[in-house]
Amino acid sequence: MSIAAHLPALQVVLPLISAPLAVLLRRRDLAFWMVTAAAWAAFATAIQLWLQVGASGTISYHIGSWPPPWGIEYRVDRLSSFVLLLVSGMAAVMLPYARTSIEREIPEESHYLFYAMFGLCLAGLLGITITGDAFNIFVFLEISSLATYVLIALGRDRRALTAAYQYLIMGSIGATFIVIGIGFLYLTTGTLNLADMAGRLRGVESSRPVLAALAFLTVGISLKLALFPLHQWLPNAYTYAPSPVTAFLAATATKVSVYVLIRFYFSVFGESLVYEHLPLPQIMLGLSLLAMFGASFIAIFQDNLKRLFAYSSVGQIGYISLGLSFDSVHGLTASIVHLFNHGIAKGAIFLLIGGIAVGIATPGAVAPAPTFDRLAGLAKRMPLTCFGIVLGGLSLIGVPGTAGFISKWYLILAALEQGQFWLVGAILLSSLLAVAYVWRFVEVAYFRAPPAGHVARKEAPLAMLIPAWLLIAATIWFGLDTSVTVDTALDAARQLMGKAQ
Amino acid sequence: MSPETVILVALALPLLGAIGIVLAGKSPNLREGVTLVTALGLFACVVQLLDPVLTGARPAVSLLEPLPGLPIAFRVEPLGMLFALIASGLWIVNSIYSIGYMRGNDEKHQTRFYVCFALAIAAALAIAFAANLLTLFLFYEVLTLITYPLVTHAGTDKARSGGRTYLVILMGTSVLFLLPAIIYVWHVTGTTDFRAGGILPVGMDKGAVAILLALFMFGIGKAALMPFHRWLPAAMVAPTPVSALLHAVAVVKAGVFSVVKIVVYVFGLDMLAGVTDWLIAIAGFTIVAASVVALHADNLKRRLAYSTVSQLSYIVLAVAILAPLSVIGAVLHIAAHAFGKITLFFAAGSIYTASHKTEVSQLDGIGRRMPWTMAAFGIGALSMIGLPPAAGFVSKWYLVSGAMAQAQWFTLAVVLLSTLLNAGYFLPVVYRAFFRPLSAEAQAHPHGEAPLPIMIALSITAAGTLALFFFPDVPLALAQQLVAVR
Repeated sequence: MSIAAHLPALQVVLPLISAPLAVLLRRRDLAFWMVTAAAWAAFATAIQLWLQVGASGTISYHIGSWPPPWGIEYRVDRLSSFVLLLVSGMAAVMLPYARTSIEREIPEESHYLFYAMFGLCLAGLLGITITGDAFNIFVFLEISSLATYVLIALGRDRRALTAAYQYLIMGSIGATFIVIGIGFLYLTTGTLNLADMAGRLRGVESSRPVLAALAFLTVGISLKLALFPLHQWLPNAYTYAPSPVTAFLAATATKVSVYVLIRFYFSVFGESLVYEHLPLPQIMLGLSLLAMFGASFIAIFQDNLKRLFAYSSVGQIGYISLGLSFDSVHGLTASIVHLFNHGIAKGAIFLLIGGIAVGIATPGAVAPAPTFDRLAGLAKRMPLTCFGIVLGGLSLIGVPGTAGFISKWYLILAALEQGQFWLVGAILLSSLLAVAYVWRFVEVAYFRAPPAGHVARKEAPLAMLIPAWLLIAATIWFGLDTSVTVDTALDAARQLMGKAQ
Repeated sequence: MSPETVILVALALPLLGAIGIVLAGKSPNLREGVTLVTALGLFACVVQLLDPVLTGARPAVSLLEPLPGLPIAFRVEPLGMLFALIASGLWIVNSIYSIGYMRGNDEKHQTRFYVCFALAIAAALAIAFAANLLTLFLFYEVLTLITYPLVTHAGTDKARSGGRTYLVILMGTSVLFLLPAIIYVWHVTGTTDFRAGGILPVGMDKGAVAILLALFMFGIGKAALMPFHRWLPAAMVAPTPVSALLHAVAVVKAGVFSVVKIVVYVFGLDMLAGVTDWLIAIAGFTIVAASVVALHADNLKRRLAYSTVSQLSYIVLAVAILAPLSVIGAVLHIAAHAFGKITLFFAAGSIYTASHKTEVSQLDGIGRRMPWTMAAFGIGALSMIGLPPAAGFVSKWYLVSGAMAQAQWFTLAVVLLSTLLNAGYFLPVVYRAFFRPLSAEAQAHPHGEAPLPIMIALSITAAGTLALFFFPDVPLALAQQLVAVR
């Protein structure tokens, strides 16, 4: 068999192998090249898979040639290929950035560990996305989560340790809930293969174990995706983690959790159970609105730029879950598109903030927290960085010409389809909150006088600026040309909705 | 070049100009040279489109497709043609003026100023040529954002708070009202293209039409319909060339242009019959109320800003009457007000540059020192009041004719009252300048006319204001086409 037939396996295996190799090699340069090469290979694989799925439909890969439902199946459809693209692309762009950035943020002797953990985290996230096996999802979830806890704890700020610990507790509770949910499903159906499970669930949907499974899975996954009010771990984790870690988590980790939720709702339980027999859409609508308004409102009053955008992430996740609550093709499209669009925009912003941390640090010292009093007049010193954040911020607001607008368009369309005019108003009003927090940064960076002695122009190193701007450019590009994003998302949404009917 | 190519070139030129301005940033003379050459080239491009449009062609190009079935597309029709002509033509004059003003006042960050200016013009042209609501909305927002650094140019606290008002109102109205209106149109009709006669389905519920109209009218905050007019006076913290070209021509005209365009090409005049009474009332109220505020404003630029608010509502009012004649009046008024108001702002900037005076009460006797400036101011004022031989008379003539045809007596009363109010706040300025003696304080600080570039620009627009009265052919032809193709 040619290597092309094994792409789904390679997608996960390459990053997975790169991690222990990085530990064995121990030299930080070698570790870097090892993991980066794996990430780039994963990205290339994801592109190839995305093209294949687009051309010839869903790919089913049987690990060890054991046919499902006995063996583990890797399943690449429109949705998972799209998420694979996002996750591997982000890793590919962010690793070169990380190399320069962690010089100042992580002690040199633990660099190889950083790369190893990054590789593991990537492998875990890709595995969750590609696998068609419920228990496999849990395993990969744990792999990525454990790696994430370590990555967060690597932050120089000692509060990173408590942040990681907090996330460890919350994340473990979430994972426990998920595994209980999967257990119930296994109990009822006797299978772990998602497609098989879906078939066997027909007819017993309303039985108590299935409902319990749905409840456990919903709560567990919601913890991982930081659905308001289960988001408590997120602001601290994002604030104190090293900047490439923050960027990577913001761009991928919560997004993959959303993917898992969509997968279980639409491919396993089926929309009729989730949406017609239970008040889940109403609950999700309420929580989404709370996130959109509550978290965005809290964001406005943050003094630390990282924390501000962390709360903004919680708010933006609200848009994604809002799209899910509609139970319509356009609503689902909005969710899928937004998880991609928000991923690249927020990833870019956190990368640029990492640049700021380097810029405001005194040479040789540890980078200080990017609080607003340190950012006064920053636009004079770091014009490209600041302008990049503004552009990324415009996407968060949803200004036309940026990727964020596209997501908002579909959200509003979905709300209009259901005749929920008040919801249209709510979506738009909440986006004005984004204007408020983005403009707080603009006014400080562009209008306040810089502190004395800080006038010379000093941009972040190019190795950090280029990846960040690449993502900013992508944010603009995917706002103007959506043949990749919207087409895939629409297709995926139709596929998911059609399957359940 | 085919007209299609010309459209693309016209849209790309200011962008290239902006890059050129950045590259030439170190040498001011070269930088201003780039601006002028770009402006001239742009106007030459736009003029080339005039002939095809007048002969009935509607050149169109389509670029990317951000949403399936919703491309970023451009299509030149008479109304957009007129707006593009005005914006690009006055950009040349304004660039000459800017050179005198920015250097005369030693403004900082001049490169940023010229770059943003070029980009703002590009956005205005894209609005003018927009073939559908999505394209219009895209560049409408771009125009808001790109003019923000111009409004806050001074970087002071006052500029910052002015910028806040500017952004919150323009962005807020467009996001809260305009965007849902556009998406609703898409939801109902499956298209957002501008088509002669409108795109909304015949027999659409009158209530829904009225709500949609309200969303559009208040959503286009740039048209400064009360109560969303506050951004315009707030924007006056900007340097005068910005107030002149952007907040008397490009930005506000983008607003009323969108109003006219949406009424004619999305609703269609027939569709709106019977649902515009409230709009007439609000536009009428805005005209009178803004004039009353202007009457009491001592700051010259503030007075001009409120005059703009009032004059913009003339256009909204003229459209709301739904008479073909008044729509012609609205279109002509876009041109007439542009020339008149830019002249007035040029004069205000000229006074500031030469004497650093900003208040009306300081202007006693200034006409003796700056006769040329104040003469131009007088011409602009005539146009605002609507007296011959100034352009404002022509547009008001059509507006009044349309109102009479529809027996809109309320409108007539508003126009009459507003004419008196306009005379009430413009003529005293002219009177002070020429007939009051110089104050003792002013006598101690002698000054002459403003620098030459300012005077050149001022004279051209004043002459244009008069010329439009005698030769309104081109705008009139375009306006008649707009109404004829219903």
